[in-house]
Amino acid sequence: MKPTDTSNPEYFHKVVDCQYACPAHTPVPEYIRLIAAGRYTDAYMINWVSNVFPGVLGRTCDRPCEPACRRGRLGGDEEPVAICRLKRVAADNKTGDDFRARLPKIPKKKNGKRIALIGAGPASLTVARDLMPLGYSIDIYDNQFAGGGMMRSQIPSFRLPIEVLDEEVDYILDTGVVTHFDTEVTSLQSILDKDYDAVFVGTGAPRGRDLNIPGRGEGADNIHIGIEWLASVAFEHRHQVGKRVLVLGGGNTAMDCCRTSRRLGGDEVRVVVRSPFADMKASPWEKEDAMHEDIPIFDNHTPKEFVIEGGKLAGMVFEKVEAEYDENGKRSLVPTGEDPVFMPADDVLIAIGQENSFPWIERDAGVEFDQWDMPVVDKDTFQSTNPKVFFGGDAAFGPENVITAVAHGHQAAVSIHLMCGGKDVAERPAPFTNLMSQKMGVHEWSYDNQVEDDPRYVVPLADKSKALADRKLEVELGFDKSTGFAEAERCLNCDVQTVFTEARCIECDACVDICPTDCITFTAPVEEEMLRTRLSAPAGNLAQDLYVSDVLPTTRVLVKDENVCLHCGLCAERCPTTAWDMQKFLYNVSLAGQ
Amino acid sequence: MSYQLPNFRHPELPVNELGYTRADYEGSISTLCAGCGHDSIAGAIVKAVHELSIPPHKIAKLSGIGCSSKSPAYFLGKSHGFNSVHGRMPSVATGAALANRDMIYLGVSGDGDTASIGMGQFAHAIRRNLNMVYIVMNNGCYGLTKGQDSATADEGSTSKKGDPNPFDAIDLPSLALNLGATFIARSFSGDKGQLVPLIKAAITHRGFAMIDVISPCVTFNNNPQSTKSYEFVREHAEATGTVDFVPMREEITTSYPPGSTAEVTMHDGSVLHLHKQEEGMDPFDRISAMNALEQHRARGDILTGLIYLDEDSRELHEVLETSQRPLNELDASDLCPGNRVLANINASLR
Ligand SMILES: Cc1cc2nc3c(=O)[nH]c(=O)nc-3n(C[C@H](O)[C@H](O)[C@H](O)COP(=O)(O)OP(=O)(O)OC[C@H]3O[C@@H](n4cnc5c(N)ncnc54)[C@H](O)[C@@H]3O)c2cc1C
Ligand SMILES: Cc1ncc(C[n+]2csc(CCOP(=O)(O)OP(=O)(O)O)c2C)c(N)n1
Ligand code: SF4
Ligand code: SF4
Ligand code: SF4
Ligand SMILES: [Mg+2]
Repeated sequence: MKPTDTSNPEYFHKVVDCQYACPAHTPVPEYIRLIAAGRYTDAYMINWVSNVFPGVLGRTCDRPCEPACRRGRLGGDEEPVAICRLKRVAADNKTGDDFRARLPKIPKKKNGKRIALIGAGPASLTVARDLMPLGYSIDIYDNQFAGGGMMRSQIPSFRLPIEVLDEEVDYILDTGVVTHFDTEVTSLQSILDKDYDAVFVGTGAPRGRDLNIPGRGEGADNIHIGIEWLASVAFEHRHQVGKRVLVLGGGNTAMDCCRTSRRLGGDEVRVVVRSPFADMKASPWEKEDAMHEDIPIFDNHTPKEFVIEGGKLAGMVFEKVEAEYDENGKRSLVPTGEDPVFMPADDVLIAIGQENSFPWIERDAGVEFDQWDMPVVDKDTFQSTNPKVFFGGDAAFGPENVITAVAHGHQAAVSIHLMCGGKDVAERPAPFTNLMSQKMGVHEWSYDNQVEDDPRYVVPLADKSKALADRKLEVELGFDKSTGFAEAERCLNCDVQTVFTEARCIECDACVDICPTDCITFTAPVEEEMLRTRLSAPAGNLAQDLYVSDVLPTTRVLVKDENVCLHCGLCAERCPTTAWDMQKFLYNVSLAGQ
Repeated sequence: MSYQLPNFRHPELPVNELGYTRADYEGSISTLCAGCGHDSIAGAIVKAVHELSIPPHKIAKLSGIGCSSKSPAYFLGKSHGFNSVHGRMPSVATGAALANRDMIYLGVSGDGDTASIGMGQFAHAIRRNLNMVYIVMNNGCYGLTKGQDSATADEGSTSKKGDPNPFDAIDLPSLALNLGATFIARSFSGDKGQLVPLIKAAITHRGFAMIDVISPCVTFNNNPQSTKSYEFVREHAEATGTVDFVPMREEITTSYPPGSTAEVTMHDGSVLHLHKQEEGMDPFDRISAMNALEQHRARGDILTGLIYLDEDSRELHEVLETSQRPLNELDASDLCPGNRVLANINASLR
């Protein structure tokens, strides 16, 4: 196996599991340390630069970082750091004035380039945030009355208070973005005709999938498409739902539908899903939240028909199925042969998926569409086949989440800025990186290297009966400062890297002996597969790299399995020659103009 | 400075027959200098005892004074321990071993503790073939008192702050061989592959088992002019052969080409495999072992590995025909068998 090339920024980047898993690559441990230090505005600023909506995301993010968090691999009942909810601690406790003073200055003199953003969801808003400080003139079009996209129309207020959303949307719009709200764009060509230098399409995946089974037509008055229904609640067009509600689907939309129903008068709300419970798309915590609100989940039930009595919806019939997996792990749902199940209902909400739809894009506007009727978009540049038209967020590759929309927005902004500067959009700027020793003294580090044992802290919730009585009452109360501190201390500081210098090593084994999690081995250099069988402890997690040194004087190499390194720094403390050092690795995705 | 080891361990650590992981055999976090060879030997002891599935309470750690003698605090934290006076560990071990023959006695000493102040005690423990493991963490200096040359420092060897040593060294394996030790090995703290099986064999041996482990003192004696530095030892160590230890309960799975290996069955049924044995050297023959030691010494090499093993060793209890049971299991009637027994004894002397 070749020696590890740590000069490739992706090597150490990957060691920071949370940051690597974050679509926007937010420097997580860096902001967590700032929270522990009580520097909330600084922590917020790091988030804001990287993910634009820290207050929103600190409540609603899909948090791909958490399943990736190293703590979750430490065995026993150990759970990931509550990364997402710590973000909220930064947002809740920042000093607003201090933060506003740090906002990037918008140049008085514009650069002469005009950009149109279609849709005002997180993707478009990110493009605006990144390009405004560079002097662009930006027009944003959206068919809703205010910015935010689905963060406003879909994510219920009991998860995301409107003031939190407004604040972070306004940070962007207040920079002088020209808004065209309540404006449906019905023709891309008409926008192109306005001679913009670039057009960004951030219109999301706005169409909810329907379920065409018998009774759908007759029952229409009480059968609703989930996302349309949620929007109508958010926009105060609808204030009630029947007492008995069936929500079809197993994703996050279904969870929002059922919980909203509980708040609008649904006493007997059930989620019914085709797949087994474990396979449901909703995040585990959203399922928990729903069940906490006394909403049972019926899995392995396939909808067969809407039952209509006296011209009105009376309920639904389901067939019971079970999952079978073939040798490739492919699932099929096979009827069990049991009697069909009838469930009574006053209202049914269909939350079985979302689709893109671009009826407003003329097929001769230069944007090519593929066989699935999706625009052809480059995965790195977000450029379509019309060089002036870029896509991002759910509009680019189908429904995802807010943080993915933000990540797309950053990259699209980079592309637009390159293109407007006459440069090749394919030449992406390298990330900004920095590697700095944390050594303060013989046995002293500038980060808190002690590893805390505390189990993950639980976010306190509002009283259930109060929460269910008020659709707008935020359920989660957030961590207070002292719990936030304790949770922040659980972070292992994975960005403080163990850096090895061959030339200094005397092969005394001190690091091998001290390492609490047996990460380090001196052994003969062989191929990775063989190497993994010869290490001090099992090294079966192939997703985690081995850090391999050059050949040492004894003809062995040093191998460190990154998998469960605690970043405790003891290897470096016990090393008599400082062949090991703990160095903080900063990795920032380059934004437009950087 | 970190005074605490994190509590997390590798989640897939192997468990031994008692259901314990290696972590169950650890001690507290070391306060020795970073890079001290003694820490590696502590690590090797932990690994060996864990792999032998010895219940921690069956072991007593005994030591004298010195950095080496401090080290029992850093391994087998759940075993018994006695940190005695400088050079006096063998007499404490003798007393303990006589009182309770069921325990495993693991002595840890330094070259100062053994070859200077403790020389007399060391010699007599060997002579009596006390049933114990005696590990010398040999760094050629008095580490704890800041690195003065010890009696095992080679002639001409120079420590970090010292002058060239004018005296010839005491070679502990040669001395032990002379005194009649029944198990003698030498190893290097930086070679766990060799050290761990030797420790296992020493624990299984019935009688006095000495391992002289060269263990560099990084702080005072790891400079280029020292013959006890990591670099010098690596360049000059020559193994008698490799040693594999197969515990009694395990099936022997490796096979060696015929003639290249010798097998020794230890008294508990475990098997030692010695292979790639140095030509002409027979570790079951005292004279051969003595020759090999002297020849390597003359060449300026350090002979490591298993040096001598007496398969017919009879330890002190056997020689003295002492009580089969530990003294703490004897009750008043065992200890005071009464007038009739006394009368019989007296009669036998008339
Ligand atoms: C019920 C529900 C709950 C969700 N919860 C979460 C969550 O908790 N966390 C999370 O990360 N993600 C969540 N998501 C997903 C998330 O909301 C989206 O992935 C994200 O908002 C996509 O951002 P975007 O910028 O691509 O587009 P969107 O947010 O969809 O914004 C697109 C905007 O464009 C407007 N628009 C569309 N077509 C036109 C047109 N022709 N003319 C003018 N305007 C137009 C739309 O009305 C909308 O305002 C949820 C989604 C749903 C449906
Ligand atoms: C009776 C007595 N004499 C002298 C000392 C001082 N002293 C402490 S440690 C030591 C030498 C230790 O050397 P060694 O056994 O080689 O241990 P190391 O520290 O090198 O591991 C001496 C002389 C003492 N503690 N007690
Ligand atoms: S422990 Fe901290 S740095 Fe490491 S993955 Fe988890 S949150 Fe990120
Ligand atoms: S920082 Fe060093 S000692 Fe600590 S767990 Fe990682 S490799 Fe082991
Ligand atoms: S002084 Fe020498 S022997 Fe003592 S702990 Fe330090 S390195 Fe080890
Ligand atoms: Mg010494």
